[in-house]
Amino acid sequence: MRRFKQIFGFALSTISLIIALSFLILIITYIIIKGYSVLSWEFISQPPKMSMTKGGILPAIVGTALLSIGAILFSLPFGVLSSIYLNEYARGERIKRIIRVGVNSLAGVPSVVFGLFGLAIFVKYFNFGVSVLSGSLTLGILILPIIIRATEEALKMVPNSFREASLAMGATRWQTTIKVVLPSALPNILTGVILSIGRAAGETAPILFTAAAFYLIGLPNSIFDKVMALPYHIYALMTEGTFPKEQTTIAYGTAFVLLVLVLGMNIIAIMIRIRSRRKQQW
Amino acid sequence: MRELGIKIFLLFFALSSLLFLSGIFFTLLSQSIPFFADISPVKFLTGTKWYPTHEPTPEFGILPLFLASLQVTLLAMIVAVPLSLGSAIFISELAPKALKDIIKPTIELFAGIPSVIYGFIGIVLIAPAIKSIFNLSTGLCALNASFILGFMALPTITSLAEDAISSVPRDIREASYALGSNHWETVIRAVFPYAKSGIYSAIILGFARAIGETMTVLMVAGGAAQMTHSYLKPVRPMTATIAAEMGEAASGSIHYHALFSIALVLFIITLGFNLISEYIRGRAEV
Repeated sequence: MRRFKQIFGFALSTISLIIALSFLILIITYIIIKGYSVLSWEFISQPPKMSMTKGGILPAIVGTALLSIGAILFSLPFGVLSSIYLNEYARGERIKRIIRVGVNSLAGVPSVVFGLFGLAIFVKYFNFGVSVLSGSLTLGILILPIIIRATEEALKMVPNSFREASLAMGATRWQTTIKVVLPSALPNILTGVILSIGRAAGETAPILFTAAAFYLIGLPNSIFDKVMALPYHIYALMTEGTFPKEQTTIAYGTAFVLLVLVLGMNIIAIMIRIRSRRKQQW
Repeated sequence: MRELGIKIFLLFFALSSLLFLSGIFFTLLSQSIPFFADISPVKFLTGTKWYPTHEPTPEFGILPLFLASLQVTLLAMIVAVPLSLGSAIFISELAPKALKDIIKPTIELFAGIPSVIYGFIGIVLIAPAIKSIFNLSTGLCALNASFILGFMALPTITSLAEDAISSVPRDIREASYALGSNHWETVIRAVFPYAKSGIYSAIILGFARAIGETMTVLMVAGGAAQMTHSYLKPVRPMTATIAAEMGEAASGSIHYHALFSIALVLFIITLGFNLISEYIRGRAEV
């Protein structure tokens, strides 16, 4: 009886994992197979044509690149300096705990709430309008927790003997941080940066009212222009417009490009992490 | 002296997350005030009708939206929790090290799939299936949203629960074996109780993520703002309402401010669950 229970229990857990993995793998293969047949050079190098039923998605690719890069430019200094404080400077456990709870709570805010915040503050209050700038700032706040966590992990992995050696030679804490700790932590910080870019590239709700446009022929000229974006493009193709059938085909192609982009970023990040762990002799 | 200056400078940046968090809260609050000046918060929270554009008297009751969020999220958790805990047990207890090193990053990779892609799958793959199985006119309904949300919450819960199970000290297991338990009994009676704070906090976090998820429910839940017990009918959760209606609501109108009030409710709910999850985990660490 006890043996039977054990076999039954472990069989159930194995089945759980198989169900979970097969559904998730199904999603990816389905998008890749259906999307790949839509893909062509024209698809990624041309703007949309004939009311979005023909042509490509170049403006959406460019828009997503601009938004993600903008987000990381805004977020990186905040994120890295936050983690330096948390890991290198903060002494009291209490203040660290409060800041960490803040970071985790920010990570838990629903993405559509970020969208409304961006609309009220960046679009309206600062009067940046619906633009690359507003969207990037909104996404920047959204990815801040990811950057902070990744940088903190990276700093933690630098052994204390490095810091002690530097301090013993008379360097100040700041010099130690800049010249010894940060360079050793760099590959792992890079992991966080790549993960954040992937996250920013895939978000839709925060840019709905702050940056995204349904249909643009040209590319944006300044950071105050609206942009198309890959995730928003998929949403718009599936819910708006007048040619659902042709639009769905383009949506498959767009989903393929977005998925490859986001998963690619994640896989690169994982590989950097594995390589840097292997190289570490300490 | 210079070091002190640097420390204060860094502290300013370190407080940025808290600053943004409170900035979000106060923005939502200030944008909600014009709405609450017109409609009392009690009427808003207990109203059973959501007809924001109805003339001459629009109705702003959050209840159907709130219940839809709850309905969709609860079933999502019924899908996600058993599968996640089962997967976590497999990864930490059964998988050899090499396999574990492949499965864990793979599961975490799935957490990175954008929600719009899940929504897209809900439309093109799950909706036709539900439509034909239950013989409905549309497969975009609460059931579809729950199913997809469940699988979206799965990587988060699995990964955090597995962390909790793996961090159970060896002596707990050994004590259990020494008392004559087999592997399964050890997992259920010794490892799980020890890791329960971590597991609870993983589940709560998964719930908070699911209730705040926007694009998926916007695309697959169907969008009717009605109170229903049926999972086969279209519903409109809070997140979907905000995303769907903000584009149409005239800036500064009462409808516009009403959507900020929904966001405020959503913010408070998710923040609450996050803090509970933090508290449980924090207590476990002490």
